[in-house]
Amino acid sequence: MTAAFVAGADVPLKRRLKRAERARQFRALGLVLPLLAFLLFTFVVPLAGMIWKSADDWEVPQVMPQTVAALKQWNGQGLPDEAAFAALAADIRTAREAGTLAVAAKRLNYIINGYRTTLLSTGRKLKEQPAPGTAKDTLIGIAPAWGERESWTAIKSASGPVTSYYLLAAVDLTRNADGAIVAAPPDQAIYRDVFIRTFTIGFGVTALCLILGFPVAYLLANLPTGRSNLLMIFVLLPFWTSLLVRTCAWIVILQSEGIVNGSLQWLGVIDEPLRLIYNRFGVYMAMTHVLLPFMILPLYSVMRGISPAYMRAAASLGAPPTTAFLRIYLPQTIPGIGAGCLLVFILAIGYYITPALVGGAADQMISSFIAFYTTETVNWGLASALGAVLLLSTLVLALVYGKLALGRQTTGGLKN
Amino acid sequence: MDGGMIATTDTLVRFTGVQKTYDGEHLVVKSLDLDIRKGEFLTLLGPSGSGKTTTLMMLAGFEVPTHGEIFIGDRPIKNMPPHKRDIGMVFQNYALFPHLTIEENVAFPLSVRGVPKAEVKERVKAALDMIKLGNLANRRPGQLSGGQQQRVALARALVFNPALVLMDEPLGALDKRLREHMQLEIKRLHETMGLTVVYVTHDQGEALTMSDRIAVFNDGIVQQIDRPDALYERPVNSFVANFIGENNVLSGVVENIEQGWARVALDAGGSVVAQAVNIGGAGNRTSLSLRPERVAIETGDSGDSSMNRLPATLTDLIYLGDHTLAVLNTPANPEFMVKLPAGSYAGLVPGQDVYIAFRPEDCRALDPV
Repeated sequence: MTAAFVAGADVPLKRRLKRAERARQFRALGLVLPLLAFLLFTFVVPLAGMIWKSADDWEVPQVMPQTVAALKQWNGQGLPDEAAFAALAADIRTAREAGTLAVAAKRLNYIINGYRTTLLSTGRKLKEQPAPGTAKDTLIGIAPAWGERESWTAIKSASGPVTSYYLLAAVDLTRNADGAIVAAPPDQAIYRDVFIRTFTIGFGVTALCLILGFPVAYLLANLPTGRSNLLMIFVLLPFWTSLLVRTCAWIVILQSEGIVNGSLQWLGVIDEPLRLIYNRFGVYMAMTHVLLPFMILPLYSVMRGISPAYMRAAASLGAPPTTAFLRIYLPQTIPGIGAGCLLVFILAIGYYITPALVGGAADQMISSFIAFYTTETVNWGLASALGAVLLLSTLVLALVYGKLALGRQTTGGLKN
Repeated sequence: MDGGMIATTDTLVRFTGVQKTYDGEHLVVKSLDLDIRKGEFLTLLGPSGSGKTTTLMMLAGFEVPTHGEIFIGDRPIKNMPPHKRDIGMVFQNYALFPHLTIEENVAFPLSVRGVPKAEVKERVKAALDMIKLGNLANRRPGQLSGGQQQRVALARALVFNPALVLMDEPLGALDKRLREHMQLEIKRLHETMGLTVVYVTHDQGEALTMSDRIAVFNDGIVQQIDRPDALYERPVNSFVANFIGENNVLSGVVENIEQGWARVALDAGGSVVAQAVNIGGAGNRTSLSLRPERVAIETGDSGDSSMNRLPATLTDLIYLGDHTLAVLNTPANPEFMVKLPAGSYAGLVPGQDVYIAFRPEDCRALDPV
């Protein structure tokens, strides 16, 4: 009632509130702006770039523009017409002079093994532009592969501007000459295994961290402050040394002549040194060690908030310790378990240095392959596609976690 | 209510020679002999650190006595884990399980006992109706107000018909009005259900309102255990006299004792006659305890020789609605307080020289402070 007589009441209350809040919002925005800008340039832009690269198909359209244009009309059945052959010959000559032929050759070689040789030798042997009407014969004369339909469907499929080739290859699929999606030939179908291995190691390390970290977090949360601080220092100790040093320390400890094998042999437990490193065991061991704090810390922070009164209440109500733990304590730690597992798992599946140093050839994870394609063969398309698949699966997992966490959300009842 | 293991005697719980130390040097509970009667509302009252909560925790099973034994009925329970004791407990901060609904919270003690589902449902409903929160059965504790949470905690502690209910300062977190309301509600439950309740508090008003008996704790020792009125009217030592209610202290030396009456020479001069309650022989020091409402203010000498009479100067009159508090300066106590019933202070003005007068039976000679 009285509100109607307040000055400025003709402006709706919501608008006035907004106006009053605006200065505060601007100040808040100003405070986070540097971080937002930093994230934009170091995270969002590279990520978008990576996703774009996994679908970008620029080599063939750039090097062989006339051929690409000429093949637009071709329906993919039989061989293309004479004009296409002439365009190809012209493109090859231009590209060879410009020195860009190898770029297209590399791209086409992904589709058909040996394409590179065909294209480069054609470039070398094609002295001059064939006379009108003879381009087809000339090219087939130089390389019989130009008489095969697959050579032409390869160019057409790589003529951009975007391609599904890399993303399909990242999950062991490819397109045949007719454009249908089929399984990749066995010698190229390795990534599904690598993804499965990556996720297996990720789950394994997460499970190990949870089993080892849960009791430690419980102890940390329930010890008197002085002793829990000391224990916390031990938990954080790994963070104070570099990842590389820690991993190398494991090599020293676990190798054939290392401390573990030496001690066991000296004690007479084993005669031959055990193979503890350069295999899956070493990978699990080193990665679990490195990632353990990421499990313990979220668990600890959640457990700290669980009042000991709950366990007492459960006991006073007649629950034996195991029942009280399973029905009262454990459910309350689920946010911590979820956060810890998600954190460890996401970090684990991206691991690169540790498996590379302490794992065998069969223990390399997807990141090794991404690194291989970016630094060794400079196949940005495939590297980006593998990264995009990894990103996607991680996002799916995070979403599943979010759904689960939201469903289990508790409002908390303790008024301390 | 079925009592489960109640013995045939009137005593439900017995502490015999119980001691408790945490550090091995200093006893938190010095020597506790305490009987808790079946069906009574016993309050453990005392300042913090007096050992009352430790006593409760030993009874609940969360602390083990360093020495002595506790019996429920005839069964020693010193080494019995808490979940087997069949004791319902209400905690200071309610300790409602935040991940369970109100209904699930109240059902918890029944489901861990393997009570059939249909019966659980029925008994939970009855318990929630008893505290008038049946409509909130599917809420979580965080969505309830403090008073509602406290009632749920009560229902949860009572739903399995425990032989004994312990309450550890259950109303400490509530505001004054709600606290008073809950006091009556707990009292009602105690009476209608015939519960045996052990209640811990440091609030003497709460203790006086609710209890059948109060055990006053200080320094690890039960100072006095008695009915509320007896505790207030007849404290046995200076601690109890000072802890329960308002108290005026006059210090002096015992001159002689005759048939339970002591003549005491006050340090500030003058002598009074008091009940000899807790003093040694003649020549010992004593502190006299006087309740403010048992003292009259006289403007002249009434000549009644059965009364003790001391000169004083009125320093202040504080109006408190139902009564008026007079603050007086006597040589023996510069802040002597007298409670005057409403409307009975006509003619008094601060600065006036008066007499305070009191009967010997209202003045108790206790141990020196």
